[in-house]
Amino acid sequence: MMRMQPHSEFSGTPVSTPAAPIAIELSDASVTFGRGERAVPALSKTTLRIADGEFVALVGPSGCGKSTILRLASGLVQPTTGVVIVGGREVAARALRVGMAFQNPTMLPWMTIERNIMLPLKIVEPFRSQFRKLRKTEYRDKANTLLEQVGLKGFGSRFPWQLSGGMLQRANLCRALIHEPRMLLLDEPFGALDQFTREELWSILQDLWMTHKATVLLVTHDLREAAFLASRICVMSARPGRIVDDSEVSFSRPRTVAMTFEPDFVALNQKLRAFIVDARSAPAEGVAS
Amino acid sequence: MTGRDLRQKAWSAALIVLFFVAWELFCVMSGMSDLVLPRPSEVFVTLYQKFPLLWPHILQTLATTMIGFVLGVGLGVVLGAVIGVSKTAYDTAYPLLVGFSSIPKVAVVPIFVLWFGSGSVPAVLTALSICFFPIVVNIATGLATTEPELEDVLKALGASKFDILWNVGLPRTMPFFFASLKVAVSYAFVGAVLSETVASNRGIGNVMMTASSNFNVPLVFAGLFVLAGLGVALYVIFSLIEGRVTGWATRKNDLIAT
Repeated sequence: MMRMQPHSEFSGTPVSTPAAPIAIELSDASVTFGRGERAVPALSKTTLRIADGEFVALVGPSGCGKSTILRLASGLVQPTTGVVIVGGREVAARALRVGMAFQNPTMLPWMTIERNIMLPLKIVEPFRSQFRKLRKTEYRDKANTLLEQVGLKGFGSRFPWQLSGGMLQRANLCRALIHEPRMLLLDEPFGALDQFTREELWSILQDLWMTHKATVLLVTHDLREAAFLASRICVMSARPGRIVDDSEVSFSRPRTVAMTFEPDFVALNQKLRAFIVDARSAPAEGVAS
Repeated sequence: MTGRDLRQKAWSAALIVLFFVAWELFCVMSGMSDLVLPRPSEVFVTLYQKFPLLWPHILQTLATTMIGFVLGVGLGVVLGAVIGVSKTAYDTAYPLLVGFSSIPKVAVVPIFVLWFGSGSVPAVLTALSICFFPIVVNIATGLATTEPELEDVLKALGASKFDILWNVGLPRTMPFFFASLKVAVSYAFVGAVLSETVASNRGIGNVMMTASSNFNVPLVFAGLFVLAGLGVALYVIFSLIEGRVTGWATRKNDLIAT
């Protein structure tokens, strides 16, 4: 497995993936919102392949189409041109059953944390048809096992308003994982948290990824976060976005916050930063295409 | 309940008592005729003596109110759900709804009487037409404020529109819904009495109308007291239900430290 590579270097060019099946594939996919005069190009023709089990971070200036890629991968948005293949088939009409988490934890206030986390089981087969039967036993245990993994043991019976922002975001990760998705799509999940809580959650997310082995696509503004978590980082240009850099990150795992202050890590951060500064200052060329 | 709440309630009760005492004193000292403004003590006596006579009318008014209310809630929930699910439907239907709701309902009663004759039917319909609007608005607002992120999370799981409506949309509207119920039930009551006053031979509204034409002013006021009592009772009942069902919406205030 690539993520176990011991050497702590990064290379600027994409490394060819050894025979791992492709989880997400965008081929010349572009997205334009609206039509005619008011058409807004959100994503230029983009080609991106993500192997099964990879942890990919998407970084770039605001409004560059990072979230659009995420929404393409989830099937919430259809590509205007090109093809999106997720889990071996073309994204047509949903039923991908990916786990998603956003910056806003959106726990339902009238349910306990446990029941909030079980919500996907109420929707996704094969859990759905057994939900009534198993919600008080197997499913509840499942929810509580996840809660334990994120350090929220015993909080299952609390209500969302009894938890802090960081705790809610942990619960949010649990909800995204409860139905054992092959793919986890995260849109700036830690954006609203303070630095320390964020670093804590990086480690938790890393642990979750290492145990659950799902493919993760993480959209973030935080370059340290990207470098800490991802096995590969894609940098995007300003709107309409396209991928301008795609680098492997091969720091050994599990990574620690202390590692983020080592020279290699700082160098990677600076390189990423330079890309984004370039992307921000580049004139908007979207109208041309 | 804290001491502050209790004191607040005591003051409220004192104010009500003071109101009646002041009224009584005013009538006695000014030598006001019974035909203009009866003393409250007199009204209460009349109320007590005439209660057996009033009782069937109370039931009649309550029945038309509740039937109109239930039908109004049903119509309101359906309409609210339909226009709340889509922003376009909401924006399209809203002006018509506002137009309809701003018609003074007393003006509609003659039309109902024309169509259905006098009696219970116009009372029910007036109650219905006056009470469904707050329900529509509140249900629609509750549905329209569902967090888009959560909707995305569920859609990405393959949830149907109905799944989202059932698991998220409708429960979310409950605080809005129950808040609107207590308003709606008061409105329905107003509508029913209004219609009875104009065109019916039963109900408290009709009793007051008849008493008024017989110059039985204490009975008119007794009817008024009954209406006030019923109105308050209905409001209180639905407030209690609201508190029970949607406690989660108001519980944020007493945060438990974790």
